[in-house]
Amino acid sequence: GAGQDVGRSCILVSIAGKNVMLDCGMHMGYNDDRRFPDFSYITQNGRLTDFLDCVIISHFHLDHCGALPYFSEMVGYDGPIYMTHPTKAICPILLEDYRKITVDKKGETNFFTSQMIKDCMKKVVAVHLHQTVQVDEELEIKAYYAGHVLGAAMFQIKVGCESVVYTGDYNMTPDRHLGAAWIDKCRPDLLISESTYATTIRDSKRCRERDFLKKVHETVERGGKVLIPVFALGRAQELCILLETFWERMNLKAPIYFSTGLTEKANHYYKLFITWTNQKIRKTFVQRNMFEFKHIKAFDRAFADNPGPMVVFATPGMLHAGQSLQIFRKWAGNEKNMVIMPGYCVQGTVGHKILSGQRKLEMEGRQILEVKMQVEYMSFSAHADAKGIMQLIRQAEPRNVLLVHGEAKKMEFLKQKIEQEFHVNCYMPANGETTTLFTNPSIPVDISLGLLKRETAIGLLPDAKKPKLMHGTLIMKDNSFRLVSPEQALKELGLAEHQLRFTCRVHIQDPRKEHETVLRVYNHLKGQVVLKDYSVQHLPDGSITVESILIQATAHSEDQGTKVLLVSWTYQDEELGSYLTALLKKGLPPSTS
Amino acid sequence: FFQYCLSGHPTLPCNVLKFKSTTIMLDCGLDMTSTLNFLPMPLVQSPRLSKLPGWVLKDGSTFLDKELKECSGHVFVDSVPEFCLPETELLDLSTVDVILISNYHCMMALPYITEYTGFTGTVYATEPTVQIGRLLMEELVNSIERVPKAQSASMWKNKEVQRLLPAPLKDAVEVSMWRKCYTMPEVNAALSKIQLVGYSQKIELFGAVQVTPLSSGYALGSSNWIIQSHYEKVSYVSGSSLLTTHPQPMDQASLKNSDVLILTGLTQIPTANPDGMVGEFCSNLAMTVRNGGNVLVPCYPSGVIYDLLECLYQYIDSAGLSNVPFYFISPVANSSLEFSQIFAEWLCHNKQTKVYLPEPPFPHAELIQTNKLKHYPSIHGDFSNDFKQPCVVFTGHPSLRFGDVVHFMELWGKSSLNTVIFTEPDFSYLDALAPYQPLAMKCVYCPIDTRLNFIQVSKLLKEVQPLHVVCPEQYTQPPPTQSHRTDLMIDCQPPPMSYHRAEVLTLPYKRRYEKIEIMPELADSLVPLEIKPGISLATVSAVLHTKDNKHVLQLPPKPPQPPTSKKRKRVSDDVPECKSLKPLLSGSIPVDQFVQTLEKHGFSDVKVEDTAKGHIVLLQEAETLIQIEEDSTHIICDNDEPLRVKLRDLVLKFLQKF
Repeated sequence: GAGQDVGRSCILVSIAGKNVMLDCGMHMGYNDDRRFPDFSYITQNGRLTDFLDCVIISHFHLDHCGALPYFSEMVGYDGPIYMTHPTKAICPILLEDYRKITVDKKGETNFFTSQMIKDCMKKVVAVHLHQTVQVDEELEIKAYYAGHVLGAAMFQIKVGCESVVYTGDYNMTPDRHLGAAWIDKCRPDLLISESTYATTIRDSKRCRERDFLKKVHETVERGGKVLIPVFALGRAQELCILLETFWERMNLKAPIYFSTGLTEKANHYYKLFITWTNQKIRKTFVQRNMFEFKHIKAFDRAFADNPGPMVVFATPGMLHAGQSLQIFRKWAGNEKNMVIMPGYCVQGTVGHKILSGQRKLEMEGRQILEVKMQVEYMSFSAHADAKGIMQLIRQAEPRNVLLVHGEAKKMEFLKQKIEQEFHVNCYMPANGETTTLFTNPSIPVDISLGLLKRETAIGLLPDAKKPKLMHGTLIMKDNSFRLVSPEQALKELGLAEHQLRFTCRVHIQDPRKEHETVLRVYNHLKGQVVLKDYSVQHLPDGSITVESILIQATAHSEDQGTKVLLVSWTYQDEELGSYLTALLKKGLPPSTS
Repeated sequence: FFQYCLSGHPTLPCNVLKFKSTTIMLDCGLDMTSTLNFLPMPLVQSPRLSKLPGWVLKDGSTFLDKELKECSGHVFVDSVPEFCLPETELLDLSTVDVILISNYHCMMALPYITEYTGFTGTVYATEPTVQIGRLLMEELVNSIERVPKAQSASMWKNKEVQRLLPAPLKDAVEVSMWRKCYTMPEVNAALSKIQLVGYSQKIELFGAVQVTPLSSGYALGSSNWIIQSHYEKVSYVSGSSLLTTHPQPMDQASLKNSDVLILTGLTQIPTANPDGMVGEFCSNLAMTVRNGGNVLVPCYPSGVIYDLLECLYQYIDSAGLSNVPFYFISPVANSSLEFSQIFAEWLCHNKQTKVYLPEPPFPHAELIQTNKLKHYPSIHGDFSNDFKQPCVVFTGHPSLRFGDVVHFMELWGKSSLNTVIFTEPDFSYLDALAPYQPLAMKCVYCPIDTRLNFIQVSKLLKEVQPLHVVCPEQYTQPPPTQSHRTDLMIDCQPPPMSYHRAEVLTLPYKRRYEKIEIMPELADSLVPLEIKPGISLATVSAVLHTKDNKHVLQLPPKPPQPPTSKKRKRVSDDVPECKSLKPLLSGSIPVDQFVQTLEKHGFSDVKVEDTAKGHIVLLQEAETLIQIEEDSTHIICDNDEPLRVKLRDLVLKFLQKF
């Protein structure tokens, strides 16, 4: 799900032999089989539990978790499901709400039951932000703050040195009740990002807020009614805070109502999970809890017919069912009224229709509803815009990007932009399509400290900029890799070293005594600039050493005027030995004494 | 690997660990028992305290009578109370890279460390630790600053003078290091250096070391810490509890496979059972109130008080105390009660489940709603209007030296109807009461310390099996007052290494390996050779890059093409710059095959002689001989470089390279 589409988010990631399912959402635009993801893509005949190592839910919106009880209880999955604490708290309530609308109101059968929601939630493991959760020995996951709704998180999935980050829905600009999404420079092999607002660059939040307040204010001033369809948790709280402070400041009297029984409860969640809200709210909550509203009261169905101005927040947010739709039908015919859509609407919903300019709507029973009220769209839904998505990519530095949760055309545009700016591959698979990525991981091995210290010690010589060549032996045994010094490798394997030695005879014309020849050779070598860093020694037994290379002189057996220099070295000193013989072959400089 | 021990107090530790070139401070506890040597600071002028006689030396000299006062046979310093800081001279604290905090009681010395030692590093702690730690500090600063005391005594600290004083003043350690309380700006500066972390979060320090906090089960957000590299693991256990109270349970499994386990913060009252103590607390409280007396509970504004309020919530109706007012007085009372309700993720399972409903996790929310529990910032203001007796008052400070508790001690001390119940284990209750003697009010001692006792410790050690245990010296012998109780000490094999204040320990482990990464291009170029069944070898010649303590091996750069210019120096003038190491050789040369190879390469006059240890191969015309033995080959020739190189390469073909 969510491939070139918004709705029923569900992405399967296979990484280093592990299979992880990201989100398990429903689609608001469909009422048939298409409302849930097609789980037969995962496995045709095996049990899901055998195939999946874990399931991760990014946040409580139904297009991200709405299919979860169906998936776990009806299709059958018993493995772990991970989500943050607020998501774990709120998700079952929204699921129950969804179930009620579907089963009790629409009368559908073969849908998940309340008990199934409870059983499903028992499989949930709650995670903290930034906690590294070890799913099994190799697979670990970590949550980051996403700022989209209370408890929304991005997840890093990591096996060995390969990793994927899934953003879920996120918001890169802090709003009135939540903070901004944040991730460290974790350089994942793949970043899977939502792209709801792939082509939008939104003006500043302040402008949008001012605009919103102005429109609400004007409508109320001229005696009109304002309908704001919202989801119970999320934008609703942000807009309530906004209106509450505005009413306070302007000393307005028009009533503000909030529909549905969820409200009180919803605000309670915000109070108890205040650590997930933004800095300002957290800091001041002891003195003044932002989620206790003075001006906003509970809505009763009868109020809709009251005369005079009012503002009503009603659920659901896309005008596809429930109270918001009922109120909409009542008020649509009056041009004094206004409906403000504060978020994205999925195709097929009434919200989407009126936003795309439709003013004659066919309702149930072929009834035509003429929309005379003003329709306003204000992007308050907390998704990152194009700028925000680019910003997150810059933060995380992924090697590849994959776009989901957006419309194909817009994705295409963003994909090009990403490829141009970051020079990484960007993918946008459709539902059911598999994208394969090849990683090129480095191989971690254990290096013996002795060898490493030896190498780093060499590196501390003045010429530290030059590449340090190190030489070692990699021992591979039972899947363990150890890099040790050649000596240690020989010793560990019980092998003896084979010594390869060379001795070269160099003939030198010098009539003097042997020890005098030796002294001349010694002085000659000492005087070589290129040898200044080497230890050149004249030993008491009459021989010379340059490092470990041995030079001895003997008289020629036939010619007294010729001395034979024996230069002897091992294979390990090959370069130096070869150099010295070449040097000595050129003869000695004339004696100065 | 060293451990510098800066505090002698086993439950208020301060250690510095040198671990793989990182310097890590583990906790910075502040020893406040020093304040017991001072006179209480009353909020309202106390005639009794101001009339105490000055202390006179045996020889009758009175030069100390302004600084020292006598009360019921004890001598007290009449000055602003001072605290015993962690050792600051043992090592240069500006070199500390990070400070790890395990719980809010163990961070009280933080401002002294971060603001006065040149510290420039980062402090790591969980969110509840920071928030509640801030409340504790705020309360401390507030209760000391609001009673300005003109005099600051210092004469008695002179070594020559201190010698003449009666115990315990005579034996007080490091009095020259005692410091007055810090200020709020210093607290704020210190707290701004804290970075928040979550349980099981892996934090990389300079690429060399990874630290991870684990739930320790003792208080909201309390943690133990794992400090590890790829090959060494040190567990720091500080203030842990296995009892189910309000915090998330202790994570024991993650402590397994430690090389060293540093064990601090065990229970201070190993003989008392916390559950029994809570029962006694409730029954004493009920009895006093029923008899028309008041109950005073000296306490910290957070921690055990939440559990006590929860017990009382269940107890008051059945005990018929529904109409007795409960007062919680502290400048941070409101904040503490509010904060306790928002840390759902840090609570035990039961409380988490309540939050999911959504209901407040602690029942004190209901006590407040029903007006049974009232909280006030201090005794001034609203409280004086609402105050009704008999009542129960929770207030600080448990040392009885400052805070609102001083007022209630003076107010209620004269009546035997009243009771003071000590629940906090940090101060000896007899010492705490000393400056209030003679006292008519009843004193009940119900110390509630949920931290690990010795039975739990020995179980824990058996479970997690560390190679070595390091602990304060107090834990390696029975308590001084109960020297026969050999069960009240740590018993493990090998015996624990113990430390005392100002000691430096060398920790017993040795590193042998380090992680290094082989880049894919280099890995591709390696040629593994199976030497023995199941064991393969590959020689690696590579360039080592080290950055941020991470090591990477890459393909060596291709040798530069020899310059074609005629002007170039002759090759022999250059000593090879990059001293490329030649591999070691192993194996032996089969003589027959070697001779065949020589002949194949155009040597027609090859002669072989046997020797004692092997063979000599003679190339007569070239006046060259090759000695071949089991483990060595020696090529002796004239200075004919092309010939030598040719022979060398032929020999090498028969040998394995390492």
